[in-house]
Amino acid sequence: MHTPRKPKLAVWKFASCDGCQLSLLDCEDELLAVANTVSIAYFPEATRAVVDGPYDISLVEGSISTGEDAERIQMIRDESNLLITIGACATSGGIQGLRNFANVDQYISTVYAHPEYIHTLRNVSPISQHVFVDYEVRGCPINKYHLVEVLAAHLAGRRPNIPSYSVCVECKRRGTSCVMVAHGTPCMGPVTQAGCGAICPAYNRGCYGCYGPSEEPNTQALSAWWTKLGVEDADIARSYRSYNALSGVFRREGSRYAKKAAAGATNEERPQ
Amino acid sequence: MQVLMREDFDTLIEKLQGADYEVIGPRIREGAIVLDTVDSAGDLPAGWTDEQEGGRYTLHKTDSPSLFHYTVGPASLKSFLYPSKSLLCRVYGGHNDFDVEEPEIEAPRRAFVGVRACELHAMAIQDHVFAGGRHPDPVYTARRNNIFLVAVNCSKAGNTCFCASMGTGPEATAHYDLALTEVVEDGTHYFLIDAGTKAGRSMLDELPLRPARAAEEEAGAAVVRNAAESMGRSMDTEGIEDVFFENLESPLWQEVAERCLTCANCTMACPTCFCSTVEDISTIDNDMAERWRVWDSCFTTNFSYVFGGAIRKASSSRYRHWITHKLAAWQEQFGTPGCVGCGRCITWCPVGIDITEEAAVLRRQREARQGEARYGAGTRTAY
Ligand code: SF4
Ligand code: SF4
Ligand code: SF4
Ligand code: SF4
Repeated sequence: MHTPRKPKLAVWKFASCDGCQLSLLDCEDELLAVANTVSIAYFPEATRAVVDGPYDISLVEGSISTGEDAERIQMIRDESNLLITIGACATSGGIQGLRNFANVDQYISTVYAHPEYIHTLRNVSPISQHVFVDYEVRGCPINKYHLVEVLAAHLAGRRPNIPSYSVCVECKRRGTSCVMVAHGTPCMGPVTQAGCGAICPAYNRGCYGCYGPSEEPNTQALSAWWTKLGVEDADIARSYRSYNALSGVFRREGSRYAKKAAAGATNEERPQ
Repeated sequence: MQVLMREDFDTLIEKLQGADYEVIGPRIREGAIVLDTVDSAGDLPAGWTDEQEGGRYTLHKTDSPSLFHYTVGPASLKSFLYPSKSLLCRVYGGHNDFDVEEPEIEAPRRAFVGVRACELHAMAIQDHVFAGGRHPDPVYTARRNNIFLVAVNCSKAGNTCFCASMGTGPEATAHYDLALTEVVEDGTHYFLIDAGTKAGRSMLDELPLRPARAAEEEAGAAVVRNAAESMGRSMDTEGIEDVFFENLESPLWQEVAERCLTCANCTMACPTCFCSTVEDISTIDNDMAERWRVWDSCFTTNFSYVFGGAIRKASSSRYRHWITHKLAAWQEQFGTPGCVGCGRCITWCPVGIDITEEAAVLRRQREARQGEARYGAGTRTAY
């Protein structure tokens, strides 16, 4: 019988904490099956062996923060058939994206003894701003089952079974009473993509928005309700500006409320 | 009608346990009254009462010894009879040579204590949907056949309740094995108890009961009357199908869409909403696949996905679809409204969107149009 060649998998890192790529190693039960199904050609966290490209699948973790990064991602795209970004950093810039709202030179001179050694871009950007991305696996960190699911679906030629609806759907499916309704705790769940299984509400916390915007995020309606709950404008801005601060609607809503807070605007909607 | 004294309430629970039922009843968990295993009457939220508003739910402790002086919480029978996730089958093997394994259906014997009238009506609606046709749902029917229902007539109505106008409460009139009315007055605390089925009647035989006095029956009736009169909301159902079908292009839909988060909480919390989707997953080495049925909602994009894209892209069309189905199209489809007036979709909507309020706006819009047609455009009312 003809045995198909095992697809070559590479795992790349940019500005990130490594948590997402480590979730691949964390797949204890599935790890052997993964290793049997794909050949791991490049994965510095796991093996020193380096197999040259091209690669069938590249998993990319982290965001672009230096000029060197910006060149390297082009090389990776050229060498990869399928490019999948994993985690909030790669898909939306991640927590380091917060520096786009501040003055980087000022940080550098405060933090480093020799600022002249630091070469960094003014802005952090997600991978999709540089190259075409075939699939995005969201989360901070990602759900390891999503990673296996994306690979399994690709190898089987089917669509990955990963939700794009809100965290609320998972929250109600698991039988959690809503923390926003029952406790008045602000929760990002209604505008955040599901995937974590609604862990935070199950432990009495509001959702932090790790998975980024859901398919139809009505952030304005949510923020207006939070204002009714007594949340300050600056805190509303901070809630949108976390792991996915740079992604579309979260970025707009975060900036809208940061401006309101800065202007000392009251809780009323200001005229346009 | 007979009387069960409060001090004998544990006998009821023990007898149910003795009949091999897991007893499920109201319990406080994380600031809300949910449904969970009850070992004895001591687990019930004695003295607790709830306050509900659009997007708001709070509990308060009172001095009353009453066990059931609150209305429905976020959970309903639905999650027990129609679980949010069920495995449909597992497939082993390769492309041309595979085995299909159907999992055994889990149908635990459960007795539910404290079930409200609206809840029983919601279950009857789901009975019709899942078990009524030519292809009864095996998961639902197996679970449904193994339950015992102890209803409680509501002693207060919630601020978001409107069962009285839907004709589904606050008194349980059908679908129960036993029905209770809790009376707390002048230092006495007792339950009027009545059976609705054969199983209920044999349970009555095992309980320490005495016939009710006329004054006690009157006290019980007053409890239910009080609930009916304290109903926080109402729904005018007169000609309601026309109200919706003649308002398909109402400006209201866009106005609601500005507030609606399309989060799906209303549908998930609703005890009659029954939609599901089927999800397939396979292992990475492709030697096993599973097919799951999970709760879905008409507020998600994929719900209306057909080849080429989603039909209901705009949230305005999703809300319109949901409320029109609940209050109008359901009637044609299943012979009853799809709403029992439990108020969950109002309370558990994180931004308090109110089905009774939106229906009332639509009714006013239609009436205004009719007025215009009759008396000319000069009578236009602002809405
Ligand atoms: S707790 Fe948060 S995620 Fe859960 S239903 Fe409420 S708003 Fe949605
Ligand atoms: S539509 Fe709302 S009020 Fe009606 S049964 Fe469903 S949750 Fe209850
Ligand atoms: S809707 Fe009626 S039956 Fe249901 S909890 Fe409210 S008062 Fe009770
Ligand atoms: S009506 Fe409320 S609960 Fe329903 S989808 Fe809209 S915001 Fe969510």
